[in-house]
Amino acid sequence: MKKKQGYLQLKDKTIFSNNYVLFELRVEEKFDFIVPGQFINVKVENQPDTFLRRPFSIHDVDYEKNTILFLMKIVGNGTKMLSKVSTEDKIDVLYPLGNGFTLAENKKVLLTGGGYGIAPLYHLAKELISKQCEVYFLLGAKTITDLILLEKFENLADLSITTEDGSSGFKGRVTQHPYLQDKITDFDCIYCCGPEPMMKAVSLLAIEKNVNCEVSLDQMMGCGIGVCLSCVAKTVRGHETSCIHGPVFNSKDIVW
Amino acid sequence: MVNLNINLNGLKLKNPVMTASGTCGFGEELVDFMDVTQLGALIVKGTTREVREGNPYPRIAETPSGMLNTIGLQNKGIDYFVNTLYPSIEHLNEHIIVNVSGSTIDDYVYVCERLLDLPKCTAVEVNISCPNIKEGGLAFGTSCPAAAMVTKEVRKVWNRHIMLKLSPNVTSIAEIAKAVEAEGADSVSLVNTFLGMAINANTRRPVLSTITGGLSGPAIKPIALRMVWQVYHAVKIPIVGMGGIMNAEDAIEFFLAGSSAIQIGTATFIDPATCVKIIQGITDYCHLHNIENISQLTGALEV
Repeated sequence: MKKKQGYLQLKDKTIFSNNYVLFELRVEEKFDFIVPGQFINVKVENQPDTFLRRPFSIHDVDYEKNTILFLMKIVGNGTKMLSKVSTEDKIDVLYPLGNGFTLAENKKVLLTGGGYGIAPLYHLAKELISKQCEVYFLLGAKTITDLILLEKFENLADLSITTEDGSSGFKGRVTQHPYLQDKITDFDCIYCCGPEPMMKAVSLLAIEKNVNCEVSLDQMMGCGIGVCLSCVAKTVRGHETSCIHGPVFNSKDIVW
Repeated sequence: MVNLNINLNGLKLKNPVMTASGTCGFGEELVDFMDVTQLGALIVKGTTREVREGNPYPRIAETPSGMLNTIGLQNKGIDYFVNTLYPSIEHLNEHIIVNVSGSTIDDYVYVCERLLDLPKCTAVEVNISCPNIKEGGLAFGTSCPAAAMVTKEVRKVWNRHIMLKLSPNVTSIAEIAKAVEAEGADSVSLVNTFLGMAINANTRRPVLSTITGGLSGPAIKPIALRMVWQVYHAVKIPIVGMGGIMNAEDAIEFFLAGSSAIQIGTATFIDPATCVKIIQGITDYCHLHNIENISQLTGALEV
């Protein structure tokens, strides 16, 4: 769909104990299909030290209720200010931006991630399921309390967890889990969103085993619409902006 | 009825609001957010003779009321602009002004010669903030002789409007403006970004890949206004002012300081429709203050 600038009403806000906040925004009018992996760019009002917008992956979309959900972790002043926005207030948002994931059809797919990177995987899974894919989630964190929304993910598809301290699920990193080790070639496609070292490690495994893999990069953005050329990723074709060409790239196209 | 038409030393524009180079891509990126045809002119991304990969990531740092950038003139080169980009953007505005950058004087001349074939390219904006590789990397714009030389050589091949974009990283910007005026520049645009840096105290490392970069945004507005004011009193050619303009009131301040037109840069990153909002805002201001012609405001500062 065309990119838009809108003042979207904050319909609901859920604050989790470990600094994660889930926002539900209401769009005034009906909107077209949003590709999983696309993002929104949110303005932080009246803060001189948070001058630029903040980009967030779209976590979920409800075309009936006209809502867009995004997940954020409070890491600095910008996200802190956003976490204080009250429900019923309006937020200045550019949406939907960027290129999303390629939607496989009728395939066995692995959706893996960690941190706030799990956000777009939910929307992605919904769309893949509607395309008759067999979806497996593999979510990783240092410890179980860093993982949120697990019930929601579990209700959608098969969920496996890894924790580095062994507090829940498989002990270790996602890349040590059987799904990304001996079982990796069982999957037709891997989708990954998480911290950069995780995406790199997953990509290298997928490339080695010749499994198609897409990652959603989290480069620092200036504008989100392709005019400032800040958020470049190093690709086999040269520097490409992650706000226009990405944020989703095929792992093979990135120079890791 | 407010008349926003301006005559910029022969370059006739329907209003004085332009995009600033490097902040609007090639205009296409903004069409979902605003009607680019409404602008006085579209000034597109800096274009060089050859393809440039630009600087390594990270390329920006957010700073109080502004940002630093070190993009490094990433662009696909003049061939790509002439053959591919221009045909796809020529409908966007009657005035497609190309920001011309180079490492040698020959580069500037070559790019301008190529642009002569493009009818809507009614002006070039010559970016002299680039390092002059034959003079040890010192920017052309930081010395009067080098700035004058670029202007003189471009003037020989380019018979349309030359807008000279001045660097603020100089002792006297008025002296540079006089030097380029003497060699035939039709207008000057100022200011480009201020050299600055950002440091991460926790990692003890610079934020930008190149350590230093260009500061833009409202943080530089007071300095930019001062420079426009100084240049206004030093040259007769018109000034295209810029530096941290976020809204119509900021724009009016630049007219009062001596600008005949303005460019909107970093504001587009935050609100991609800023340019058209400012055109409306300037119109409203003129109605409110009984200004019939926008040109009445140029240099109308009361001291």
